[in-house]
Formats: sequence, C-alpha cells, structure tokens
Amino acid sequence: MATFIEIKKAVKSFGSLQALNGVDLSVQKGEVVLIIGPSGSGKSTLLRSINRLERLDSGSISIDGESVTDEGSDIRHIRQEVGMVFQSFNLFPHLKVIDNITLSPTTVLKMSKEEALGNARKLLAKVGLSEKEHSWPDELSGGQQQRVAIARALAMNPKVMLFDEPTSALDPEMIKEVLDVMIDLAKEGMTMLIVSHEMGFAKAAADRIIFMDAGQIVEEAPPETFFSSPREERTRRFLEHIL
Amino acid sequence: MAKGSPRSERDSKGSARPTINVTDGTLIPLKDEGGLLSAWNISFFGAIALLVALPLFSPDPYLRILSFVPDGLFATFSVTIISICFALIIGLFAGLGRISQRAWVNRIATVYVEIIRGIPLLVQLFYIYYALGPLLRLQGPPAAILAMSICYGAYMAEIFRAGIQAIPKGQMEAALALGMSRSSAMRRIIIPQTIRVILPPIGNEFIALLKDSSLVSILAVSDLLRRGREYASTSFRYFESYTVIALIYLVMTLFFSRLVAIMEERLRHRGNVH
Repeated sequence: MATFIEIKKAVKSFGSLQALNGVDLSVQKGEVVLIIGPSGSGKSTLLRSINRLERLDSGSISIDGESVTDEGSDIRHIRQEVGMVFQSFNLFPHLKVIDNITLSPTTVLKMSKEEALGNARKLLAKVGLSEKEHSWPDELSGGQQQRVAIARALAMNPKVMLFDEPTSALDPEMIKEVLDVMIDLAKEGMTMLIVSHEMGFAKAAADRIIFMDAGQIVEEAPPETFFSSPREERTRRFLEHIL
Repeated sequence: MAKGSPRSERDSKGSARPTINVTDGTLIPLKDEGGLLSAWNISFFGAIALLVALPLFSPDPYLRILSFVPDGLFATFSVTIISICFALIIGLFAGLGRISQRAWVNRIATVYVEIIRGIPLLVQLFYIYYALGPLLRLQGPPAAILAMSICYGAYMAEIFRAGIQAIPKGQMEAALALGMSRSSAMRRIIIPQTIRVILPPIGNEFIALLKDSSLVSILAVSDLLRRGREYASTSFRYFESYTVIALIYLVMTLFFSRLVAIMEERLRHRGNVH
C-alpha cells in the first residue's frame, strides 16, 4: 500500500509550550490510526496541522503527494479532501441540518442544489438522522449533532477523515452512537486519524495506536500488542490511568 | 439509539449563546425586569398623557407649539436614518478592519476608531461644517449626515468587532476545514451569526443617534429642536416650547427602545433571522 499521509519532523510551539517536537508519521491509504496521549501531548496539534488549521514551525506534511506545509500549495483544495470532525461539533447554528451539509458542496464544489440535497439525504440516512433534516442544530442532542458533523464532512467526499476528540464533549450514553458511525466508516475503508481515548473504538476498528507524550511519538503498535504488551514505561503508566 | 432531551439541551445552549451588552443609550426594557418595564410604562404613557393633556387644557401655547414643531420631525428622522445607514456600512468595514490580520488595514481602522471616539460629536459637526466648510462646501443637512455617519461609524465598528469576536473560533475553523475561503466563511457563516448578536446594540446606537441628531440644529438644519428654538425665540415661551420638545424626544426614544426590546426577545427564538 502506498503512503497517503507523510509527516516529517513536524515541529510546532505555542509561546514557550513545545506542542510538537519532531514528529514523523506516515499513514497508508485506508488505515485507521488512533492517537492517544495525555493532554498537552500535542496530539490535537498534530491532527490540526494536517489540514493546516495550525501552521508548523518546521517540518513537512503531504497528503497524497500534495504538500500541505508548502505556503504556495492550494490549501483550500487540500482541505476539500480532508474531512474534519471537532470535539465541539461546530455545526453552523444559523443553518438547518440539511443546509449545514449542503453548504460546502454547493458553494465550494459548485455542485447543483439537487445533487447536493440527494447526497446529503443519503449521508443523513447513513448516520441515522433522516428525520432530522429540517431541525436546527440546537434542537439535537450532542450525539446527534456530532453525527450531523460527520455527515457534513463526508459530503465533501474526502479522502481522509480527521477526528479531534469526537466524543469528549458527549454524555456517556451518546458516545456509542457516534462511535458506531465511525466504525462503519472505518470498515468502508476510509483513511482515518482519530484523537480519542475510546478504547472500545481502538479495539473495534483501529489498525494502529500511536501514543504521544511531550510533542513526540513515544510508541506505536497495532491495538492487540499495544494494550497487551506496551514497550515503554510512559505508555504503561498512561494506560494504567485510562483503562 | 440514545436521544437526548432537546428541550433541556436547547435551554442549556440558549444561555451559552454569545450576547454582548452595550448600554450607552436608554435602558432597554427586558422581559424579566418588571421594575424597568414599569419605569418604561410610567415614562412613556406619562409623556403621551402630557402631550395630549397640555394642548387640551391650555391650547395657547401648547397646541400652537405642537402644530409648529412636527415639521422638524422630518429633518430629525431623515438625518437619523440616512446617517445610521452610512454608519452601518462604515462600521462593517472598519469593524472587519479592526480584526484584519493585515497589519496596515488593522492600523488604519484602529486609528479611525480612536480618533473619532476621542472627539466630541459636537466638535466633529463644527469641524466638518465650519473648519472644512470652505473645502467641502456642504450645506447643513449633508454636512450633518457626513459628520454623524463618520462618528457613529466608529462606534458601529466596535459593535461589529465585538459581535464577530463573540462567535466561537470553531465556526471559522469548521468552515475553513470544509474548504471555504476566509471571506466566504465570513460572509456565509460568521456575519449571519454576528447579526443576531449585534442587532440589539445597533438598535441602541440608533436611539443614541436619534437623540444626538438634535446637535445638528446648530448647523442650520431645521430639525425638531431647531423648530422648537424658532418657536421659543419668537414667542418667548421657552418653558413651554422646550417642554414639548423634550416630551416628543422622550416618546420617540422610549418607543424605539421598546422596539429594540421586542426585537431582542424575538432573536432569542429560532427562525427569525435567516
């Protein structure tokens, strides 16, 4: 399989905080990678660098051969192919559910209204929210909002999906409905990078677990070996806390 | 599939929705402030009662005054409405300039706001009409509108800036992540949400501008106050003339402050701004 996302020597600091301290990572097409680590370990920063919501201080990132970090690259085009799901959902509150999903396909991709609508309805069915088409975002539960957010990202037909702590803001009983959607997506072969501590998801769908600490990748392994026999002391200590 | 309770969710979110509170005008009556509402009732209906009773019981001079001054209402309202429109346009661009990442745009907008807000409106009116008079050659009304627009544009800029900054950062990020350009995200995502936040303070500015428009009576504009002055100076009925003028301003500002309150209340509910 070909390398799809290539991150080389990524370095990023916020003031005195070193968020990324030389991260190398390559992700294959169709791979599902779960990034875990204590807060402040740089995992969200790494994810947000992939579609340049954060600019690296140094290092490089490319997706499917296209450079993200090169200032001259067409970042909007790259972002169209990288779906992102946020911890706080970030649905557009002044637009109905269906319009949240069709906005970008019609305005950015210049898709016809009918095509975008048909597409959006299919995606809503996929995340199990067909009946919420005409609801306002704040009429939905957190879990429902996050599923709409996933549908909105998928409407751009992305090649890779980034999930930044997608279930951290959810009540426990709503986490499963979001994870189920993500697991389905993983099974369909979507390339996914997920920052999350959901070990249920890790075991069900992840191909690889990455443990980050202090802006560096400390350890990576397939889920079976990662949980049963972590090599590093830091990983072991962290796992004791979250398992 | 777990379904949350939309009702409580909406309530908990509703209180978290960003609002900004700028009060430099009349108090905007809020639904849950019974005391303020009754203060509004007393002032508004009291003023109307006086405006009806005075001419009724004492037609000379009150009825004469009341038939003489309303001519000025037209000038007062045209100056107010035209100025607020220009001020909104100036304010939008200056407000966007205030949050621009381009240093020189930011600098220009900030300097504009600082200068204008640091000079009294009356001085600005004099400046444009008298000091720049030979250069601009403006009549009273256009000079008044120009000065009021420039002045209120600076205050509007701060409202737009605060309104835009009140929208969570995640909204812009979500739009960018979907491939939108920054300006398209501004137009389709940020500004529409900002309008909901800034309409009440803009209503307040409108009321403040309505009151401040009385200053233009100095520039040979026949507004409400100037008509009152004209009546008073020919009849020497100063007390009566200015009482009527004050009551008319009071009724107008209280009326509009109530409208702003109603608008604010409606904006709390979904579906009104789309």
